[in-house]
Amino acid sequence: MWHLGKSSRDETKARRFEELALPHLDAAYNLARWLTRNPQDAEDIVQEACLRAFKYLDSFHGEDGRAWLLTIVRNTCYTGIERKRREAIETSLDEDTDKLEESGSATAPDQAGGDPETLLLQEAGRRLINQALERLPLEFREIMVLREFEDLSYKEIAAVAGIPIGTVMSRLARGRQLLREYIKPMNEGS
Amino acid sequence: MNCSEANDLMQGHLDHELDLVRAIEIEKHMEACKACSEAYRQYKTLQSALKEQGQYYSAPEYLQSRIRSALALPRAHKATPWSRTLSLTWLNFGASLALAVVATLGLSLYLVAPPPSELLTEDIISSHVRSLMANHLADIASSDQHTVKPWFTGKLDFSPPVTDLTAQDFALVGGRLDYLDNRPVAALVYRHRQHLVNLFIWPATPAEVSAPDTLSKQGYNLIHWAHAGMVFWAISDLDLAELKEFVAALAKPSESQTGAGTRSEPVGQ
Repeated sequence: MWHLGKSSRDETKARRFEELALPHLDAAYNLARWLTRNPQDAEDIVQEACLRAFKYLDSFHGEDGRAWLLTIVRNTCYTGIERKRREAIETSLDEDTDKLEESGSATAPDQAGGDPETLLLQEAGRRLINQALERLPLEFREIMVLREFEDLSYKEIAAVAGIPIGTVMSRLARGRQLLREYIKPMNEGS
Repeated sequence: MNCSEANDLMQGHLDHELDLVRAIEIEKHMEACKACSEAYRQYKTLQSALKEQGQYYSAPEYLQSRIRSALALPRAHKATPWSRTLSLTWLNFGASLALAVVATLGLSLYLVAPPPSELLTEDIISSHVRSLMANHLADIASSDQHTVKPWFTGKLDFSPPVTDLTAQDFALVGGRLDYLDNRPVAALVYRHRQHLVNLFIWPATPAEVSAPDTLSKQGYNLIHWAHAGMVFWAISDLDLAELKEFVAALAKPSESQTGAGTRSEPVGQ
């Protein structure tokens, strides 16, 4: 029933998976968590992505396990988000955004100007900046997370997101611009 | 260069992605354009704010074990002899016995290994999950205890008790060989509605008798006990009450008309 040849092949595959994918679980989870904005969904996505990664391990011949795993996580996220969207969860996302805006302006200190520099000095800065990033539309949010948290190069981001390098740069421009705009009114308070 | 083009190039400058020519171009533009140089300053602050205060979500610790068990991978462990021991399940037994000796010797060097009971529990969960995933529930598929029990003869150094519990709604699905606690063991599979129960059996160390003990892990319920010279581990995703019913049904001597196995003794242990 059990053949030595098959088992040593399984063992090699398991070891390769452990070396390529498992060291990057934090990166995978961070991306999934930012894209889904929900810890439970993020866990499910990462698990599903790992199962996929394992399944297609033999067809991956590269060296960069992190970018490879992140690509799978991203695609799994999009599939999941698309599924949820079809289930008409969009409305609750809008509600979330409303809540975010409310809480953002409610907690914003009034003394500060619109300069993100002052943010750094403030207690509430951490919260503001994370809320702003959370509010960013998906296509900009993912690029920002890959760039600022994972420190991926434009080339790597282009590969993970499946877009040209020029688009990476213009999405970063748009994303950062939006962040500045989000933070400004939040920071100026009411 | 207009300000809109400059806005894109600023990002590349910020992220050190521009070649020298373009970097000089954008520097020159910002020198001349106050709005753009102010925007660049803000992008830069924003970037360091994100790097310093952005929330990086690390994966919860249990996620890795969840993934490992879903893929039937061995637990995370630095010591290679250990992972070799665990993957023995996949080896044929002739080879595995020889390897087990090597692995056990190697193991004694690693004093930091987790307590054996915990390892055994995790091994049992892995075996259970693997039996469901790998489409390898049974080597001998039969609901007849008189077919299943003799099948183990010659494959194990003991004769496991095999009881059909169809009357109690736990239908015998079959049996297979597995490898746990550093030895080949018998695994019996029962079905209760859509749920499967794996019952692992191997000889107890002499005089070991213990009352059923229950535990829950990773969404599975486990009950283990020692009786009549055998160690029993039952595992299923059934709720604990139903798994207890299963154990109670096994324990009723009157139901197993042949008394198959309750009298059998470990051989050569």
